[in-house]
Amino acid sequence: MADTKNAAAADVATLSFEDALRELEGIVQDLERGQVKLDEAIARYERGALLKRHCEAKLAEAKAKVEKIVLSANGVVTTENAGLG
Amino acid sequence: MASSESATVSEAPRHNVPEYTVSELAFALKREVEQAFPRVRVRGEISQPTFPRSGHCYFRLKDTDAVLDAVVWKSALPRLGLKVEEGLEVIATGRLTTYPGSSRYQIVVERLEMAGQGALLKQLEERRKKLQAEGLFEASRKRKLPFLPEVIGVITSPSGAVIRDILHRLADRFPRRVLIWPVAVQGTTAAPEVARAIEGFNRLTPGGPVPRPDVLIVARGGGSLEDLWAFNEEIVVRAAAASTIPLISAVGHETDTTLIDFASDRRAPTPTAAAEMAVPVRAELLADLRDHDGRLLNALNRRLREAETELAGLARGLPDPVRLIEERTQRLDVCGERLAAATTNLVALRRAQFAGAADRLRTPREVIEAKAQQLAGEWRALAGALRRFAGETQQKTARVEDRVDALSERMARCMRGLLDQRSGSVDGLGKLLESYSFKGTLSRGFALVRDAAGHAVVSATAAPPGSGVRIEFADGTVGATVDQPDGKPATSAAAPAKPRRGGGSQGSLF
Repeated sequence: MADTKNAAAADVATLSFEDALRELEGIVQDLERGQVKLDEAIARYERGALLKRHCEAKLAEAKAKVEKIVLSANGVVTTENAGLG
Repeated sequence: MASSESATVSEAPRHNVPEYTVSELAFALKREVEQAFPRVRVRGEISQPTFPRSGHCYFRLKDTDAVLDAVVWKSALPRLGLKVEEGLEVIATGRLTTYPGSSRYQIVVERLEMAGQGALLKQLEERRKKLQAEGLFEASRKRKLPFLPEVIGVITSPSGAVIRDILHRLADRFPRRVLIWPVAVQGTTAAPEVARAIEGFNRLTPGGPVPRPDVLIVARGGGSLEDLWAFNEEIVVRAAAASTIPLISAVGHETDTTLIDFASDRRAPTPTAAAEMAVPVRAELLADLRDHDGRLLNALNRRLREAETELAGLARGLPDPVRLIEERTQRLDVCGERLAAATTNLVALRRAQFAGAADRLRTPREVIEAKAQQLAGEWRALAGALRRFAGETQQKTARVEDRVDALSERMARCMRGLLDQRSGSVDGLGKLLESYSFKGTLSRGFALVRDAAGHAVVSATAAPPGSGVRIEFADGTVGATVDQPDGKPATSAAAPAKPRRGGGSQGSLF
């Protein structure tokens, strides 16, 4: 049980924010229609909670970092702080 | 006079006109030209451009009636402002000079501009058509922008308002990691730099020391058509079309359209709009997520409450188990009793049915007898019926005979009556007839005279004298001859005919 839960969490972690949000929307709509079996409803809720945490984490990653590309003489691309914004 | 004058003429140039060497003249001209035209702007069409190994560039500017040689020194090429292309209508800015080595003058070009927007737009349109024909602008090439990019690559000038606008708008909506690839956005180096930046970002590998952007923004502020010209260059358009990273173009203002806009995946009217396209609004997403979270919990709670209610309702519907058993026990008892009784009853019933059936069972002889009796009965009935029928027929015959007898009698009676009646009538009528008969009259003393033929003679004329008559009396008949009226005997027997013709006088003539 714990394994499957971890597997589910790992699965959610690979989702993009957009996909996770879309799935969460689908789960909410299904549950709101009330046509889901009780067992399934609980399972969906758990999945929804995972998706929500994942989305929150994605939104929390909102940190601005502005770098400038620097081309060295031999064409290697590196970055340095842009000193902007 | 004439000779001295001619001598004077022939000697005059020697003294008054200075003598130049070719070089002196050429360089004198060069000086003159350079001083007279230190900076000119010449409009014409580029013709026969050549790029020798020296790095300089030579071409000719021409219009309908004249040709001017032109040279761009290698050092001036980067700042020229325009790529030298055959057929291009340009305005060249530079100084005039001469080339003493071949008696030519030429313009040393420092700057080239497109000659008017019309020509520029014409070239732009031709290039657009060409690239479109190659399929670079196909809608099927457009990629979807990522919903939430982790890294955004921005290709633009590192100084100026454009990058600041983009960074500000990104920070407002959703702060992200931004990589700026600094490029010149104007001038002849702009196009290759922009193209190299697009290619450079695409060459980055995911997970490398420099992260590969999820989306690119190529941006430049507003400017004239010439200012934006780098973004119309083929090298830039091709790089944008080839980019595997989704690319947003944001060059100039909303009304400016450059060819990179056709090749990009999205065209933003301004750099700020490009930032809006690149990232969603974090606050809105957070609000959405909270909303979904709340709805998720509510929906689950409601579902649980529903299940509870449903369960309670169903539980109420369940009957008391003890009562259920009691009722069943009772039903079982009743059934047991009925079963015992039914078994006994069934045996009795079956026995009675058997007895009845046995009673009704007959031996074949009995059956034959019964059938024989039945047959005899039928036979008797048939005989009776026959007899009855015969009797009835007899009676009917007797009755008919009686009726015939009676009718005969009645008829005879009637006939007798009728005859009596008729005979009575005949008697009466006979007497009456008798009374009317001449015979009665005869008896009363009268006599009937008849002629020879037997006819009654009723007048004197019918009995002429001499005619034989018979007189009938009541008791018999006598013959007589008619005499003359005076009683004398008649003379002729033929006389009786005469009176019929004309009386006595005529008769007398015979």
